[in-house]
This record gives sequence, structure tokens and C-alpha cells, in this order.
Amino acid sequence: MKSEVWVYTELGYDKSIKKVSRELLSAAARLAEKTEEELVAVIFGYEIEKESSEIARYADKVIMIDDRRFNYYGTERYTDAFTKLIRKYKPSTILIGATANGRDLAPRVACRMGTGLTADCTGLDIDEESGKVAWIRPAFGGKLMATILCPDRYPQIGTIRPGVFEKTELPEKNGKIIHETFDDTAPEVRVVHLDFQEKKLENIVNLSEAEFIVSGGRGVGGKEGFEKLKELADVLGGSIGASRAAVDSGWIGHEYQVGQTGQSVKPKVYFACGISGAVQHTVAITKSDIIVAINQDKNADVFKVADYKIIGDLHTVIPALTKEIKQLKLKKENQ
Amino acid sequence: MKIVVCIKQVPDTTEIRIDPVTNTLIRAGVPSIINPADMNAIEAAVQLKEKHGGHITVVTMGPPQAAKALRYALSMGADEAILVSDRTFGGSDTYATSYILSQTLKKIGNFDLIFCGKQAIDGDTGQVGPELAEHMGISQVTFVSGLEMSGEKISAVRSLEDVSETVEASLPVVITVMDELNTPRYPEISRMVKAYATEITVWGVDAFEAIDKTKIGLKGSPTSVKKTFAHAIEKENMEITGESDEAKAAVMVQYLKTIL
Repeated sequence: MKSEVWVYTELGYDKSIKKVSRELLSAAARLAEKTEEELVAVIFGYEIEKESSEIARYADKVIMIDDRRFNYYGTERYTDAFTKLIRKYKPSTILIGATANGRDLAPRVACRMGTGLTADCTGLDIDEESGKVAWIRPAFGGKLMATILCPDRYPQIGTIRPGVFEKTELPEKNGKIIHETFDDTAPEVRVVHLDFQEKKLENIVNLSEAEFIVSGGRGVGGKEGFEKLKELADVLGGSIGASRAAVDSGWIGHEYQVGQTGQSVKPKVYFACGISGAVQHTVAITKSDIIVAINQDKNADVFKVADYKIIGDLHTVIPALTKEIKQLKLKKENQ
Repeated sequence: MKIVVCIKQVPDTTEIRIDPVTNTLIRAGVPSIINPADMNAIEAAVQLKEKHGGHITVVTMGPPQAAKALRYALSMGADEAILVSDRTFGGSDTYATSYILSQTLKKIGNFDLIFCGKQAIDGDTGQVGPELAEHMGISQVTFVSGLEMSGEKISAVRSLEDVSETVEASLPVVITVMDELNTPRYPEISRMVKAYATEITVWGVDAFEAIDKTKIGLKGSPTSVKKTFAHAIEKENMEITGESDEAKAAVMVQYLKTIL
């Protein structure tokens, strides 16, 4: 029997399949091809026939628990169920999205299995020497990259940062769906889900999906400076972003921070304004199609990752860009 | 109520530089700080104690110098500090570290709440809290941005990607906190003076009679670092020139015209 690479398919609060789970199916498909293993998706929830069938298209097999008690994520039940399935099917490798709940679940599962876990990976490979999975991840705030192995224990488990792997077109596999049940003797749950609250609108910033990001750093100089950036972002239909320095200075909320753990961006254009270019920031923006850096310091590190560099004062350049783009859009509309 | 806070002393990652020749970290002269999220964990514990009473023990695993971090936690309002320190603990990954901390917690005994930061800025894993809970067989609430105690239960707000979730947990429980939860206080001078006079308990490997030595240190760690490398990305870029900043902006827009 072939050994298995598992992808944990996470459902959001509204039961939609998380984007990162689809990305992981692509990543795992490539991995399984290299190692000649089966690609298996594991999914827990309640009334999830539709979601299971959808992922079955791209997996050799889907293992599903469809049970009222799994309607919402809960550490205890999900860990119990997951580890029981691991003992039964003995997968070699498990990929879990590095979402809040993914990072809640993975360490419990790894620890109960007595195995290793690599957090928040940004790359995956096979170590040629050992044939093990090489988990690649940033450390020390992204200043250094490390390759981690789990040399002699199973399964090898890693959480993978959302937005790192592309959702590629996958070959249709139309795998079979296996219904597993969860026995009733499970211990009582000690943490109870009460409800979900929508985050306040201004606090939802979906930077990972934004097509245009206008991001500011220390050079922005204050809250007022970010208003100029916001005007440009609005004209582009994008979002503003910020470096850690700007967030730490209290000029903008931390939900706008680019380069914090778990947040990579890949817009069409990323404007880095007054950002010096600390590695944790530049690492997170390299998937942008185009990076435009604006800085008065011609030696700023941010220029090393930029496609276009503008040495100048962002307080003049940004409003000028806004004005030019407005005019361009007007012209396009009138054509 | 008995509260334990687990903290970590970390190098200030914003001050770390990479040696361009050897591709290794230059640690010399880099200041050590309390991991930022652990400051929020200490603050959360002190606030609960102020409201509901109780006793706070702060714990760290690390080299003898980590005592400094413990003293700071004492000056913020912790009552007692334990340094878990032994050469044999060196090289521990999150599994081994959380195992050693679980032994520490068992030795402390009778705790109601354990606070940790959501993750450390050097390793960035966020795994020690949940793995600690697992080793002890107790429950956990992670990524907490709101907290309230009512009777024997704790209600907590977890910050997920697009929503917040409110949960209710029975004690004992491990709670990992986010920086939104609170603003860590500056210690009062009088408390700082007192903290420096407080004796710090040091526990080495021999302090734990039942410890399984195959689960600690480098050898007890399931993961190993195969290699580290600097993240070198350098691109050829085009400088946008012009007589004024406005002129540069106009040129820039010409280049971006097709995709805007």
C-alpha cells in the first residue's frame, strides 16, 4: 500500500474552504508526485458533503468526519479525531495551513504523536540525502532562513503560511470519499464555542488578496502621512499597508502590518513608501508582480527588492501619483 | 487563584544583522528583551490578580542571564520567579522545551491558569503554549485578544483571520495572548527595587525526579535544523528620474499605465 501525504482541509466560520487549504492541495500534489505517495485530504465538519466532493476532485482520497459535534473547530475534539485517524492510516507527511486554528491544532496533534512540527513554512522540498521532507521557514524575524527536518519520527508535520503556494490548476483525480465516525466515548469538551463576531469593518484588512497595496514606513512621519497613502490606495481600489516601524509608532493599526508572521502579499503593484526594507518586510512582498519603492535615502535596503526606484520625498511623490492616476482613469473612462 | 506565566528572553530581532560572508547571525551587542507577546501575558496575569486576587509565578527556561527577564516580570507584579536552567536542556526544540516546562508546571502544582505569549519573535513558532497544554493533558485557548473571568470559568475572545470567536473555558487552561489584549505597564520604582531583592528559584535537570531524559535537549528533539541561510534577494531595478518629484510620478505612471 502506498503511503500518504495529508492535507488538512480547513473550513472557515461560514464553512467555506479556506484558500490556504486549496494552496496546500497544489503543494502536496507536487510533493506526492516526487515521493510517489497518495494525496489525501482530511476534512472535518457538519453537513459537508458538498465541500468534501469538491476537494475529492483533486485528491486520491478524502477522509471525512461529518458530525454535528464538528460543526465548529474545537481543539480537543479535532485533536482526538485527527490523532486517531493518523494512528489508523499512518500518513508520512501532514500539511496544515498556518491559520489561527491551524496553528492551534497542529502542535496538539504533533505533540500527542510525539513527533516534530515545523511552523509557518514558506517552502517545501525533499532532502536528497535522507528523502525526508525539507521544511523551509524564516527565523529571527525573517533575517535568516532555516531548513528543518524531522529525521526519525512520523508523521512529519508542518504548518504552511497562507499565500506562499499558488493555487495551480490541478489534475482531476476524483478520489473516493471515506466516511469516518467519531466515537462517543471521547472525553467531555472543556472549551466551549459560544459565538462568532464579525470584526469591525475597519479592522478587516485582506492584504493577502489586495491587487494594489500602498504601504508606508517610518518615512511617512505620522498619521497624517497615511492619509496621503490612503488617497492613492483608494484611487487604485487597493489597500494601505504598513511596516512594523509605522505600526509600532502607533500611526496605523497592526492589522495593516505587512511582514508579520502568517501574512504574505502578492498584489499587482506594491508601493513601498518611506520603508527602509527590513528583511521581515521584504521577504513578505517578493511575490508582488511589481514593487515600486519610494525613499529619500538612495541606499535604502528596500531598493534591493524593487523593480522601480524613486529617490524622492514621498509627501510629494504620492499625491502626484494620485493625481496622475486619477487623470489616467478619467481618460480611460472617456475613451 | 494560582497563575503561572511562561516567558522567554529573546534577542531583539530588529537589532540582529547577518554576517554577509558567513551568512550567520551576528549576536554580539544585540540586546536581550522579554519576548513582546510575553509582556502582554505578564500584564494579563497581573490584571487578573488585581481584580480577583491570587498568586503569580513567572517561569522561564534559558541560560542564567535569563534571570534578568524574570526580575522584570517580578517588578511588573509577579510574586515568585523560577529559572529552569541546565546545560542538558540546550538545543531543545518546541517539543522538548514544552516537555521540560510541563515538568516544571507539575512541580509547581495546583495552577488554575497558565499564560504564554502567542509566539516568540526569534523562533516565531507559537507552538510551545499548545504543546505544553498537550503534555499536561489540559485544554488551551490560543490567540486571545479579550479575556474575562466569571466564577470558575474564563471567557475569552480568540482572534481568527476574518472573525473573532468567543469561547468559554473551564480551569485549568493554557491561554496564549496577542498584543491587542492589553498594554504592558511600566514597573513602579518601588516594585523594581523589591524585585531585585527577590530570590529567584533555579531548577536544573536534577530538580525533576520523574523527568524522562530522552525527551530533553538536542537529542530529545524530533526536529533538527539541517541548515540556515540568509535570504538574499536582490533585483535589477530601474531608477525613475525626473526634474522634480512630480515629474518622477508622471514617468512612473507611464510605466504602470497598462496594469492600472
